[in-house]
Amino acid sequence: MTIAVRPSVPVRIRGRSYLALVLTPEAPLDAWFHGLDNLAEKAPGFFRRRPVVVDASRAATNRAELKALMATFGARGIRVVGLDGVQPSWAAPELPPIFVGGRDGADPTLVADPADADGGAPIDAASAPAAPAAERTPVPAAPAGAPPAELAPPTATAAASQTSLVIAEPVRSGMSVFHPTGDVTVIGSVASGAEIVAGGSIHVYGALRGRAMAGCAGLAGARIFCRRMEAELLAIDGLYRTAEDIPPELEGRPAQAWLEHDLMRFSALG
Amino acid sequence: MAKVLVVTSGKGGVGKTTTTAALGGALAQMGNKVAVVDFDVGLRNLDLIMGAERRVVYDLINVVQGDAKLSQALIRDKRIDGLFLLPASQTRDKDALTDEGVERVIGELKAQFDWVICDSPAGIERGATLAMRNADVAVVVTNPEVSSVRDSDRIIGLLDAKTKKAEAGERMEKHLLITRYDQARAERGEMLKIDDVLEILSVPLIGVVPESEEVLRASNVGTPVTILSPQSAPGRAYQDAARRLAGEVIQMVIPGERRGLMTRLFGRRAA
Repeated sequence: MTIAVRPSVPVRIRGRSYLALVLTPEAPLDAWFHGLDNLAEKAPGFFRRRPVVVDASRAATNRAELKALMATFGARGIRVVGLDGVQPSWAAPELPPIFVGGRDGADPTLVADPADADGGAPIDAASAPAAPAAERTPVPAAPAGAPPAELAPPTATAAASQTSLVIAEPVRSGMSVFHPTGDVTVIGSVASGAEIVAGGSIHVYGALRGRAMAGCAGLAGARIFCRRMEAELLAIDGLYRTAEDIPPELEGRPAQAWLEHDLMRFSALG
Repeated sequence: MAKVLVVTSGKGGVGKTTTTAALGGALAQMGNKVAVVDFDVGLRNLDLIMGAERRVVYDLINVVQGDAKLSQALIRDKRIDGLFLLPASQTRDKDALTDEGVERVIGELKAQFDWVICDSPAGIERGATLAMRNADVAVVVTNPEVSSVRDSDRIIGLLDAKTKKAEAGERMEKHLLITRYDQARAERGEMLKIDDVLEILSVPLIGVVPESEEVLRASNVGTPVTILSPQSAPGRAYQDAARRLAGEVIQMVIPGERRGLMTRLFGRRAA
């Protein structure tokens, strides 16, 4: 008897948040889609290569209606990567996955994709890759139910911090600070076993001994600053480094961390 | 006005029960009427440390559940006037304690005593949160060692979140007591230094109790160290801590530092 020995390849599973446009069709659907067509005419290719999540809570009351709705989006070349506001029991293989727990992100600016200015062909919805089933992380949704009427100048689409959170006391072990919409500033230390999750940057005016996760809503430009670097784990935009990967010469010193081409960089401060 | 003090730490084996007994003894020696309450239901120890294990009839759970009156369960200390023990039950578990029952018993104790000292069980679960819930003041016991310090940090967070004072938006008064401290080992880097612990926990220090044979001896003979050997280093450290709790201002003595000063003096003379 022979047994084929296969080398086991470790499968890496990561959770990551992405920004998606959320469309909320409303009855009467004909009028709503007419408005959508007008928008698409003003900004050609606006939906191209952009993941769209459809909140069907106001447009479908059963699975058949939902399928018809998806077909209408498909005919316009809009790829729908996920559904929101629908019953979990409506899930079907031919329908996009259902998302739960979405949080509002920054408003998107309506910019015509320059690559599409010469009239790029709409994408066939059927060829659009489906979102991976394992993608269970909440997609911070950009409310686009009422899209801005005029074209904005081409700027960065992901707005930086909307709100800041200032914590004026030490963050104790076991505490978790979750602030997905902006920067977090701690005046004091972050203890070993504590955790700060911020949508923007993290500033610690004290020793950072716990975990700091900046840019959790997909902001690669977020940074982590602290007066004493003794962190257990640092993460920016889902990319993480544990204490072992942090340069030992920075330990106990003022330092910062940021992302450069998907690589975490460190430097001393002051 | 009676004060409810909780002695807590998160980690087990750092000296909560020893501290409860020693502070209780010291506060009673200062003329206060003191009740020490064992919240470690199922793993009671305070009765042993207080030397009252052969006199337990009713316990905290009996009183909480209304099976016994508080006066029946309280055990009077034979050595010091004004010191009483409310023991825990060894046969029950912490689920037998209710929020309302504990609050009622603490209320009754407050009416009779100057100080009510609650000996918290280890951990951060129900028993520990019940013990701290009604407290006005907390003494966080820490060993100069990383796991103990981290657990204390967790408990301090809970004190600021789960106590009635914190829920009412008031500030919980917290004090740090470092036990089992050995200056020589701290200087060799085998132990955290006092400054390191204070820097991590940022809570005011109320005392440093040195590692000592005397503490072990006191436990084994069932007498609080402040009563058995008040002149020993740990006895004095606990007495000073009790005075500071009562509001006195006393200069902090770090055990072993005097020796350091002496050697420095001698060293200078030799040079």
